[in-house]
Amino acid sequence: MSRRLPWGPMARLTGRRILFAVPVLAVVTFGVFAVAAASPFDPVRAYAGTAGLTASQENLDQLRENLGVDRPLTGRWWDWLTSALHGDLGDSAVMRQPVAQVIGERLGWSVLLAATAFLAAIVVGTLLGVLAARRRGSPLDRAVTSLAYTLEAAPPFWLGLLAVWLFALKLGVLPAGGLTDTGSTTVGAGQVLSHLVLPAGVLAVSQLPWFVLYVRQGVGEALDEDPVRGAKARGLAQRTVLFGHALRSGTLPVLTLIGSRVPELITGALLVETVFSWPGIAAATVQAATSVDFSLLAALTVLATCAVLAGNWAADLLYGLADPRVGFDG
Amino acid sequence: MSGAAVTALALTAAACAAPDDGTAGGDKGGSDSAVVGIAYEPDSLSPLLGYGKDGNSKIFDGLLTHDAGMKLKPALAAALPKVTDDGRTYTYKLREGVKFSDGEPFTSEDVVFTYETILDKKTNNASKTELDAVEDVEAKGDDTVVFHLKYPYAPFAERTVLPIAPEHIAAKQDVNSGTFTTKPVGTGPYELVKWSKGEQLVFKANPDYWGGKPEIEHFTMAVIKDDDVRATRLRSGDLDGAILPPNLARTFAKDGGKKTYAAKSFDYRLVTLPTGNKVTGDTAIRRALDTGVDRKAMVDRILEGAGKEAYGPVPTDSPWFTRGTERAYDVDQANKLLDEAGWKKGADGVRTRDGVRAAFPLWYLTGDKLRQDHALAYASDAKKLGIDIKVESGTWEVIMPRMPEDAVLAGGGAPADPDFDQYGLLRSTLAGDGFNNMAWYDDKSVDRALEAARRTDDRAERQKAYDTVQRALVKDPGYTFLTHIDHLYVVDERFGDLTTQVEPHDHGLASGPWWNVEDWRA
Repeated sequence: MSRRLPWGPMARLTGRRILFAVPVLAVVTFGVFAVAAASPFDPVRAYAGTAGLTASQENLDQLRENLGVDRPLTGRWWDWLTSALHGDLGDSAVMRQPVAQVIGERLGWSVLLAATAFLAAIVVGTLLGVLAARRRGSPLDRAVTSLAYTLEAAPPFWLGLLAVWLFALKLGVLPAGGLTDTGSTTVGAGQVLSHLVLPAGVLAVSQLPWFVLYVRQGVGEALDEDPVRGAKARGLAQRTVLFGHALRSGTLPVLTLIGSRVPELITGALLVETVFSWPGIAAATVQAATSVDFSLLAALTVLATCAVLAGNWAADLLYGLADPRVGFDG
Repeated sequence: MSGAAVTALALTAAACAAPDDGTAGGDKGGSDSAVVGIAYEPDSLSPLLGYGKDGNSKIFDGLLTHDAGMKLKPALAAALPKVTDDGRTYTYKLREGVKFSDGEPFTSEDVVFTYETILDKKTNNASKTELDAVEDVEAKGDDTVVFHLKYPYAPFAERTVLPIAPEHIAAKQDVNSGTFTTKPVGTGPYELVKWSKGEQLVFKANPDYWGGKPEIEHFTMAVIKDDDVRATRLRSGDLDGAILPPNLARTFAKDGGKKTYAAKSFDYRLVTLPTGNKVTGDTAIRRALDTGVDRKAMVDRILEGAGKEAYGPVPTDSPWFTRGTERAYDVDQANKLLDEAGWKKGADGVRTRDGVRAAFPLWYLTGDKLRQDHALAYASDAKKLGIDIKVESGTWEVIMPRMPEDAVLAGGGAPADPDFDQYGLLRSTLAGDGFNNMAWYDDKSVDRALEAARRTDDRAERQKAYDTVQRALVKDPGYTFLTHIDHLYVVDERFGDLTTQVEPHDHGLASGPWWNVEDWRA
């Protein structure tokens, strides 16, 4: 691709998206505070845990005051927002740590897991999709398609448990969970890689069906288009037709899909991290939600929202680049 | 280095996935390390926020600690405390030459700092109620600490197993969110190497431990919330031991390389029968339920035998238990009680009296299968007596406001002293105070006995008082106690014969056969 990139329109698209993100994030954070305040969970009870069962009412009331959850919702949200803008994300009650530290310690691991899984899903998914599209109706196509539908119906945590049973238990080739070997004191690259295989593999497989089916459909339709059929008729080699024409127009829908899969990826990662005791952000999200940890929950929601918005932005950008007819007016 | 050893061990164990001949792990590569799977993770490792309050914190020591038989023995104190002033002053002489793992000396100032910080209003510690009796703590020189109590409180020494934090580190930061909550430093047998939240806690032996360096050099607790995953990782050789529910522990029964330990506990399940409800507050209904529920069936079917029938907060095998307060399961007797009290069966099989139907809701905590099973069994037993119990589930937030009127399937239990459970459960002044006295139990003779038992440290006199309490519960059972639950642990046999302590309701890090991992032989 040696054409000059349309920097101007791309920059304008990006600018528009950033402007759009500001009110969205403000609304989302307020939404988090509102929903958390309305939720039936009591932050004080969550903070106290089992100790709260024998704590005196006086003790619980004092906790409520210390945690600042007795104050009205809007005031709390505003305080959080203004200090967040000054770079102070507050303290996480459930983690007994500053929020910035919680996120700093965990985000990297989640990104590593999600990115690895996502890349694997894209590569393998595209490959299988193209193979299936080449001869629709062939046994290979039927096998790939039915596998995709089966996986579609399989919940990620179930796949996870299955993978643990097969690879860790029956075959004993891969570790069953954690980031490093249980009991190891350092985090070595080799260890992390071997521990990454199963969770990333399961997450990739859980994301796979969509890519396979979309690519298969896109490439299949492209193969039926007149220009491609014409190329075939002119006697161009199958490979040239497939990779020169069909793949390019056929993978367009996949490009948009990549961005829109981010929310799915986040929920998938949540389940997979839980099964594999992966010390990422997902576990913290679950804890923050169930214990109504306002500061942490808001920060994590901002992160997730940013990821979704960035995903959409990347999808539109790629789409615009791949298909000049679309342009950058999103 | 140890990681490689553990890997080697895991691979060896996995390679022996064929019928196990009990030699897995026989290679001594990782013999000085132990990896155990636990279900709960502490929120914080700071004693100031409640970590390790019942002892066995591994990283820290208390002034006192418990032996295998739950008897108090000195730890950071040189001897058991001197109690003077009619039980209102406790004086502890401290052990000499103890250092924190960073090399700083441990002194009386650390003790004062720890207790004062916990009691401070600004400290978010939900267990501080346990120190209610403390008026103040003072240091006398470097080696003596004196506690002054507001009132004579016999079991106070039991509270002093709580871990002591180093003032020179913890005083310099925010107690609620400082780094000390995740990177603690103590005087204990182990030092924390790494705490990867939600994954594992890695400890290494403290070479300068005052009690001698532990033989198990590397000790790891893997946090695995899901029971099935924990069992799977134990089977794959990744773990040397784990806590398991009865149905999964049973799957290891034939595994020659593993031993199962059933830890006795004070962990009870009961049904609260609120005094304020016309049905549950009625003594005849209470007594009928008390004798008309089949506790043995609950132990056999729900707990698969891993537990005991409960007739009160005190387990039947505890020295504090009042012989003769066991209730025989007798449906006829229960029905007779109800007939005599004027509860007549209607056409639908449910009894009524003065227009009041013998019906009430029973709540249990959503997602707690054990409580659900107990609640359903209780309701079906009650049905045979003509009492209509509707079982419902909810979170504590839903259940809390209903506690004055509705029955709740609750759990609890603290083994160290009978006062800890009974005072909160039965003292009439604590009715409706948080989760204390959820039945609004109100009996003057019980109140008197509870107070008397606190104020004397004469064992016989205390026993008499708690006998009074347990007998009162036979006459007016404001709670139906159902079961005491054993906690099951499966551990690799290469560690030899281990022991367990009597365990509380809370699963602390300390429970299980690794309560004294520092004494294990490698």
